Amino acid sequence: MTTQQVVAPEHLFFEAERERQFMTGSEAVREAIKRANVDMAISYPITPQSESMHLVGDIYAQGYLKEYFRGESEFAVMAAVAGAAMGGVRVFTATAGPGTLRAFEMFPTWAGARLPVVCAFMTRGVNSPLTIQPDTIEMAFLLDTGILMFHAENAQDLYDMILKAFVIAEQTDVHIPVGVFVDGFFVTHTREEVATAPADLKLPPYNPYSAPVPVMDMESVPVRQMRDPFVMKSNFISYAAHASWQQEILAAQERARKHVRRYLGGLLEAEHPEAAVLVVAAGTAVSQGREAVAAARREGLEVGLIKLKSLRPFPREEIRTLARQARALIVPEFNRVGWLAREIKSVVEDTTKVIDAPRVFGGMTMPPDLILAQIRRCCA
Amino acid sequence: MSKGLFRISPGFEDVMPAEYKELVTNGPYGRDLGVKDLGTFKELIEEHPLCAGCAEALALRLILASLPSPEDTVIVGSTGCSSLLFTQVAVQNIHSLFGNQNAVATGLKRALRLRFPDKVKDVVVIAGDGATVDIGLDMVMQSWFRRELITTIMLDNEVYANTGGQESGMSPQGAVLYMAPLGKKFPKVNLPEIAREAGCAYVATISPALPRRLGKVVRRAILVAREIGPSYVQVFCPCPTNFKWPSAQVLQKIRDRQKEGIFKVREYVSPEAEAYLAGLEVERQHDEQE
Repeated sequence: MTTQQVVAPEHLFFEAERERQFMTGSEAVREAIKRANVDMAISYPITPQSESMHLVGDIYAQGYLKEYFRGESEFAVMAAVAGAAMGGVRVFTATAGPGTLRAFEMFPTWAGARLPVVCAFMTRGVNSPLTIQPDTIEMAFLLDTGILMFHAENAQDLYDMILKAFVIAEQTDVHIPVGVFVDGFFVTHTREEVATAPADLKLPPYNPYSAPVPVMDMESVPVRQMRDPFVMKSNFISYAAHASWQQEILAAQERARKHVRRYLGGLLEAEHPEAAVLVVAAGTAVSQGREAVAAARREGLEVGLIKLKSLRPFPREEIRTLARQARALIVPEFNRVGWLAREIKSVVEDTTKVIDAPRVFGGMTMPPDLILAQIRRCCA
Repeated sequence: MSKGLFRISPGFEDVMPAEYKELVTNGPYGRDLGVKDLGTFKELIEEHPLCAGCAEALALRLILASLPSPEDTVIVGSTGCSSLLFTQVAVQNIHSLFGNQNAVATGLKRALRLRFPDKVKDVVVIAGDGATVDIGLDMVMQSWFRRELITTIMLDNEVYANTGGQESGMSPQGAVLYMAPLGKKFPKVNLPEIAREAGCAYVATISPALPRRLGKVVRRAILVAREIGPSYVQVFCPCPTNFKWPSAQVLQKIRDRQKEGIFKVREYVSPEAEAYLAGLEVERQHDEQE
């Protein structure tokens, strides 16, 4: 193991000289965790996530993490991660598709308990029939759990977003979990160039006492503290307590916006935002969108590309403003239901501008020609 | 936790709640107290909302009085009657979800070992029979397979009491309960045997009708989990409310069941745990002589 030096997050993210290496998305996870000063990682196998947690296991064996083990199911892993976070350590785990659903009860619990857990989701279709192929349907289910959600387009994003997720999640005024989503196989199992900071640098350690909630270590006062107490009596005080707690989680998401802007450089990125037709996408659909936009512009069509990086918090104002001057917003997606188009429709003033197509699913790749056909239709 | 940590700052004595002041001046932290000392110190539990005559409430009172180091103990609970009481307990405790208690405790114990390598932090799981033997059995057993250094205590009230009296895996065979309208078709799950086979170094069954013995069992279970391996204690405390017994008769019912041989007090100690406990006893006698 390389002897590592703690540096400020800003130095690791923006100043340290980066080296470009050819690697898979799974290897990008390893490189991020290597520099994230993670105390504990807990794993459970599921395709296409497994390889990333094998690689985290390898760097545990090399001494980069203090604790690592395989749990018995995704639900148990997410519960163990919660216990570890309540005990005051920085934790990481990852899952995919059916694993996400198996663990589901834990996600709103993480948020409600104000745990700064970082979890990578290598998105995959859900049963039945059984599939292991990429599909972003699980993201639709997670939108209202209270966790922050970032969507990586490629391995570079995955490396950057995982590292930055720890810093954003652990802000005292945020202190809720972050899910970093990446399209399984398309990113996890393909190679590309990723620029990484030197491996002898790492983030500062997590300070558990910066949490807005007590750490369960019997080292703080007062001693009569329960995580997380029942609020289930049939009276108005109980309802109000639970309601205000839920609102506080939403408020923490709102307060995360400034940190997302600072570290991710914005909730979205725009290329040619002044164009009359915009392709709005997240994840690998951005890459196909970019190809389609380039082809359309070669044809002389006025089209721009909006890449959504943060889905929770959602770039509400940014999209509303962009939609005002645009004639059409084309939303290509890797799922059956078109949840991203629904999200966009929920914030724009004129929903008829939102084209919820093309959509592919069941593991299909997205031919940029399908997006190009929509662009041509909108520009006609 | 050092005692200085919860001492009241000068000038604030008169505004602190009476029960907090009592904990500071006469609480059990760092004092090596037990069941025999009840009545002489401020207990960790402050009132509670459980039913009159609740055997589980009595069991919890005895368990909490028997923690070897309450100042460095974190409890992990689960959904059920007992979780209604834990807000009133003066050691930090976690309610996460129904059934995930041993998984939460696994992460917590490992985290505390990382953060406090030179200090023992006891992690004790206290959950009902439904949480332990039904919905959470997978995670309970997996924590034993992995030899997690935690103590698991099941409060066996033989029924899902908090949800209104449904059959659990620990209900007696033949009992007519909600969701078993024709009577339970299979016997109580033999979790103590399973615990032994699954890797627990210390396993005991006990009831609050034997308070001193219960105290000893809890203490031994927690000590074994510090060094040797997981431990399991099953506390027989049937629910008077759901079995429709007059609340004053609960302890007699427990004694009757013991006499009939339906409930048995048992203890299993692995050879390693036996040697370890004997070593601690020698140390303790040595300390007392000094």
